[in-house]
Amino acid sequence: MSNSGARQTLDNTAVAAESAAHERTFRYVGHHRRTKEDRRFVAGHGKFVADIELPGMLHVALLMSPHAHATINSLDPSAALALAGVVRIVTGEDIAALLAPMPHGLHLPEIRGFPLALERVLYAGEWVAAVVATSRAIAEDALELIEVDYTELEPIVDPERALKGGPLVHPQHGTNVLFQRTFTWREVDADFAAAEHQLSHRVRWGRNATVPIETFGVIAKHDPGTDILDVWASIQMPKFSENIASCLRIAHTSVRAHYDVDVGGSYGVKRGLKHAVLVGWLARELARPVRLIEDRLENMAGGDAHGPDRNFDVDAAFDADGTVRSLKIRALDDCGAWPGRAPLQLGKPVGAIVGPYRINSVRYEAISVATNKTGQVAVRGFGQAPTNVAIEATMDLIAEFLGRDREDLRRQNYIRAHEFPYRIPSGSEYDSGDYHAVHQKLTEAATAANIWQWKAELRERGLLAGVGIASVLEPGGGNAAFEPLMNPRNDTTTWMESCLLRVDRDGGISVAIATSTSGQGHETLMATALGEELGIDPDLIRVIHSDTLIGLPSNTPVASRMAIMMGGAAAGAAGVLINKLKQIAAYNLSLDAEELSYDRGVVFVTSDPSQRLGWPELVGIAHRQYHRMPPGMEPGLQAQYVYQVPKGRDLPAADGTVQMYPCYAFEAHMPLISIDPLTGEVQIHAYLIAHDCGTLINPDIVKGMCCGGIAHGIGAALYEEFSYDAHGQLLTGTLMDYPMPSTREVPAITLLEHCTPSPLTSFGQKGAGEAGYLGAPAAIVSAVNDALAPFNQNISNLPMRAADIAKLIPAHAITASANRL
Amino acid sequence: MSEHNITLNVNGAPHDVSVAARQTLLDCLRDELGLKGAHAGCEQGVCGACTVLLDGVPVRSCLLFAVMTESHHIRTIEGEAGADGALSIVQDAFWERHGLQCGYCTPAMILTATALLERTEQPTDAQIRDALSGNLCRCTGYQQIVEAVQLAAERYREDTHA
Repeated sequence: MSNSGARQTLDNTAVAAESAAHERTFRYVGHHRRTKEDRRFVAGHGKFVADIELPGMLHVALLMSPHAHATINSLDPSAALALAGVVRIVTGEDIAALLAPMPHGLHLPEIRGFPLALERVLYAGEWVAAVVATSRAIAEDALELIEVDYTELEPIVDPERALKGGPLVHPQHGTNVLFQRTFTWREVDADFAAAEHQLSHRVRWGRNATVPIETFGVIAKHDPGTDILDVWASIQMPKFSENIASCLRIAHTSVRAHYDVDVGGSYGVKRGLKHAVLVGWLARELARPVRLIEDRLENMAGGDAHGPDRNFDVDAAFDADGTVRSLKIRALDDCGAWPGRAPLQLGKPVGAIVGPYRINSVRYEAISVATNKTGQVAVRGFGQAPTNVAIEATMDLIAEFLGRDREDLRRQNYIRAHEFPYRIPSGSEYDSGDYHAVHQKLTEAATAANIWQWKAELRERGLLAGVGIASVLEPGGGNAAFEPLMNPRNDTTTWMESCLLRVDRDGGISVAIATSTSGQGHETLMATALGEELGIDPDLIRVIHSDTLIGLPSNTPVASRMAIMMGGAAAGAAGVLINKLKQIAAYNLSLDAEELSYDRGVVFVTSDPSQRLGWPELVGIAHRQYHRMPPGMEPGLQAQYVYQVPKGRDLPAADGTVQMYPCYAFEAHMPLISIDPLTGEVQIHAYLIAHDCGTLINPDIVKGMCCGGIAHGIGAALYEEFSYDAHGQLLTGTLMDYPMPSTREVPAITLLEHCTPSPLTSFGQKGAGEAGYLGAPAAIVSAVNDALAPFNQNISNLPMRAADIAKLIPAHAITASANRL
Repeated sequence: MSEHNITLNVNGAPHDVSVAARQTLLDCLRDELGLKGAHAGCEQGVCGACTVLLDGVPVRSCLLFAVMTESHHIRTIEGEAGADGALSIVQDAFWERHGLQCGYCTPAMILTATALLERTEQPTDAQIRDALSGNLCRCTGYQQIVEAVQLAAERYREDTHA
């Protein structure tokens, strides 16, 4: 992997000096290498939660509310209990008094949530009762025999109405507003007053989610001998076992979540706390292993796995020459019935609120309201993808207003390469970047692919054709800054990650990571990073997923953080190990450790490499020959390291300025689309993306993240939505109604990599887990509007369904097209 | 509920099982035969994660009752590697091109691609995408899956013509 591109373009002295540290030649980092994980999956040897069989295991099915808002008058389980094989039926009343409420991201103690509804149901799909039976089929049969008497209440469905009043989801809270704060960073009013032009517009991001092919599942088993509750789950969530324990009112040391479960996709949504609390309680109560594997409807309606649902109102102030001076962004998020962590998803975008642009000031009003809909969880990007649509749609509208080329306007406003590190109005410092160089690669690729000529030809054929542009940032490294920003009672300032490294008596290396993997390739990442640091073939390093009682602190692969954080933890542990090896060698050579060097398992005298101790000898000393170790040194050969997020230090200032994530990847998208004038159907003909996430650790994994993220973004832009009717009924609860892109909708993607190393990380890497997704929705919006431009039409309601687009195409255009088609 | 004693031919070997009439082939493979490579995703025939081959043709095992499949040859991912554990051409190509991430849709993708390559020696990109269009993947965006099938097609041809 060469970093020469970065050397040519970075002229900032401080950054250049820092990046000199990254000008090393990598043995393993950046090379095509087969992943450690893939072999077991292609062979059919993945171990997913539904694959785990335990003797005597019971199965759960869930009775879901048919109403969006109703009082539960009575529930009669007697007929269901009489069914052979039914073991137990529990309701909210049975368990709530025994549990602690589930934690929220906000400080709202009056809003108490439990796994099963208590007295009132707050959304269609909410769990009312759980049936436990000897098989899932019997449990499902029993659901149909439970009699529930409800009194329907008026639901609140529209977030704008919820903001003003309407029926209250949580009367004890007194309002449907869960969070509302206006941040003003720098001289917004002065910038608006001084600007030559202003414009306003609205963007709607429809409620969608990443919807993994595997639903959420969890198994719990209580061992009365040890009093440990073992949990296996399809989980991607920080502090999972701690939260389970707190809700069950037992010690954290009494819950052991196992991370050696393969997770069938997550992208943020595999949270499942209420599932795990329910199943954990049942396993303890019934003294049997209990399993809950969501079916698709349970997942879509009652799994609390929806994503942001957001209206943006944007005002922009700019000059005739194209300089964008200031933005006012109001984001109203419909978080559904339970706060969870949803309101916090308004917080992360603060760290990249001006995108890649030199915008002087920003006012950001973030509002979260409760409605009678399913709750949200974290979704890939944690609110950044919707915000990027709002920013990029603004740039397109400014370009249109001024009659400027959309790319040219972006280039004019990009932060310059020499300006890094660059502090944005909301307080975050962008670490590094060269947006012009990355965009230049996109431009060259577009020329090579004849994108503009291709667009003209499509128009000649009678189609409406458009090219989209989107230039966005992917904040990576995930610290906790948005938690205290949105909830002053939360004083968390670390989201550490760890590496627990052992060298055995045979010299073999194993390393424990305290997280499960859901496709990001953490075993490959850890082995590659550690192999690089130690100069040892990653294929020889065993990576295991530990559990929450053995593992060191981890915060799981949220927030595009693992390349940065696991890479840092690996570098730290390798440093500890190498230091110990040097001390052992120094003692045996009667030299100072400073006189020694380490390379590929060997410690040698720097000035005379022939004097050396090799790996077997060093391992033998550490494991057997204590008489050859420096007095007082810990025997054995092991190292642990817990890595703090780079630049993660301070709580937010009073005005909300804070260093959010440490590293900022950049990507510029360019799709070419056409629209069938009669049906409004969008077809994507070509998709180009230029991407810079610093040093690539495994290029194949990064490529997969980019392409997969683009597919998610295409779905969010054109197809996917959890739609509700006016009564709060979910209309899209199956994969037939919630269409996800297939090979027909996702085109071949041209990916161009660029490398501007981060000065903050072990190899110069940045995050890539949200790549593609953070820009694709904005790029598709841009392309559709380019196609509609001849009719002076604009659409910014996502998803942009074919029927919605068709309405914007005037009859004369359809006729004109039909004549040419 | 009626129980049926049937013999299923799975990966070339007969298996005697007792199944309820309503048991799907997917549940039978997973719960009765312990073949966990076929996965439930939607259980209504949309996502394709449960795909197995029935007489060489990709089918949704969630939409078939086990009792319907008695006289057919069923292939699952567990039968694709050789007895020595050597991966099939398609399996190895998926690994080489990283045509997967979480691995949940992967066995079904591999079987669908295998069926394509067994009937089409030189599939075009359009044919590959068409064949895979009934299998949803949420991780990859399909790019490296298509590239894996292209690589497998090349290797099939090398194998055939060697």
